[in-house]
Amino acid sequence: MDLQVITNNFAFLMQQGFFGIGNFVGGTLRLAVPAMVLGFLLGILIGLARLSRLRWLRWSATVYVEFFRGVPLVMVIFWFWFIIPNLLGKSLPEYSVALTAFVIFEAAYLGEIIRAGIQSVPKGQVEAATATGLARAQMMRWVILPQALRNMLPALVTQFIVLLKDTSLASIIGYVDLTKAAQIVNNREIRPFELYLFIAVIYWLCSYAMSSYARHLEKNLARS
Amino acid sequence: MPVNYQFNWSVLWSGQTGGWLLQGLLTTLQISLLGWLLAVALGIVSGALRTVPFPPLRWLATFYVEFFRNVPLLVWMFFWYFGVPPLLPEAVRNWLFDHGVEFWAGLCALGVYHGARFSEVIRSGIQSIPKTQFEAAISTGLTVAQSYRLIIIPIALRLIVPPATNESLNLLKNSSVALTIGVAELTFQTRQIETYTAKAFEALAAGTIVYLILCLSIAALMARVEKRFAIPGMIAQGTGD
Repeated sequence: MDLQVITNNFAFLMQQGFFGIGNFVGGTLRLAVPAMVLGFLLGILIGLARLSRLRWLRWSATVYVEFFRGVPLVMVIFWFWFIIPNLLGKSLPEYSVALTAFVIFEAAYLGEIIRAGIQSVPKGQVEAATATGLARAQMMRWVILPQALRNMLPALVTQFIVLLKDTSLASIIGYVDLTKAAQIVNNREIRPFELYLFIAVIYWLCSYAMSSYARHLEKNLARS
Repeated sequence: MPVNYQFNWSVLWSGQTGGWLLQGLLTTLQISLLGWLLAVALGIVSGALRTVPFPPLRWLATFYVEFFRNVPLLVWMFFWYFGVPPLLPEAVRNWLFDHGVEFWAGLCALGVYHGARFSEVIRSGIQSIPKTQFEAAISTGLTVAQSYRLIIIPIALRLIVPPATNESLNLLKNSSVALTIGVAELTFQTRQIETYTAKAFEALAAGTIVYLILCLSIAALMARVEKRFAIPGMIAQGTGD
């Protein structure tokens, strides 16, 4: 065990790898946070489409979900990485490719969580909303979604933790996130045990913080 | 596809590439199956340890589950592949380097990571059995061992099947991460075909379809098992996912 390798490279690992404020375009957070927000928004659309009364919309959403849940994320990242240059005639930066792949992939999982959350709202709520004269869109916006969101929060946070961990896979196309930063340092210092254990702890701290917050939320919501 | 892209599906079976795909599929199945066995074993052991009345063992199991499942699999891949072998005794290390160290490292990473996740699946399955089931079993005159064997375990198994199926499919899909340390599994071979033939679309489509067939057929099979063994009035019947 030689922790000097960590202290010497701490600034690089955290600034470049984790926060993404270094020389490269990179950073775990810079990828994870927009992927969560955009994936969630797309997930809402997918979830709603899965419950739509239009059969073609429901079917295409189902195919979307089943497709992305049956394929490894690595494969999806490779799809975007190798197909975009063929489609556009030029390659896009790793960041755009990774972000697109993550948003599209995670939306399938988030869509299912959102669908389950919407379905967990008692039917009486729909009837009551209709009886008070709300239009379908208004009912979704004001009655169903707020309650559904509350029910799905724990699953949602779990999926966000999964997403945070998954962003490490962006390093396979060369995006400089925390994992890639550790690889870069390791190539110079050859201290794999210490380095990978260290970034494991960083990932764990993030997951732990998020899951503690989820537990806290769950408790609060159960009380109210 | 732009106009200048020429599809050439025959690259998938001409020359060596067909063999590569097949070999990749076999390696994926091999590492997934062995990883699954390791993960289930670790899941059961750590799940059991979390219930023993000896705190240090309980803490150890909790630490294992919480730490290993909350760190990306990719990090564990690198950890087991680059980090661990230098610490091993010379004889073990030499054996590993002669017998495909990347396969064993990938297997460890998959098994240990998913073991922690299986542990949670098993625990939540057992915890969701109402305590009254056990009390009822005892009051009808069964011994503790009998009520476990005849009541608790059959119910627990049925409750565990759906999440365990999901987790097994995750393991199968996650075996693709092993390509980063050079295990020649399906995704790795897909990449290799892409590299040698420059036919990205065809290679990726082939790999993707194989994964889809594997995952969807396992999911369909398990949905049937679930339906067949559903406990009336206990779990939602035929939800499929």
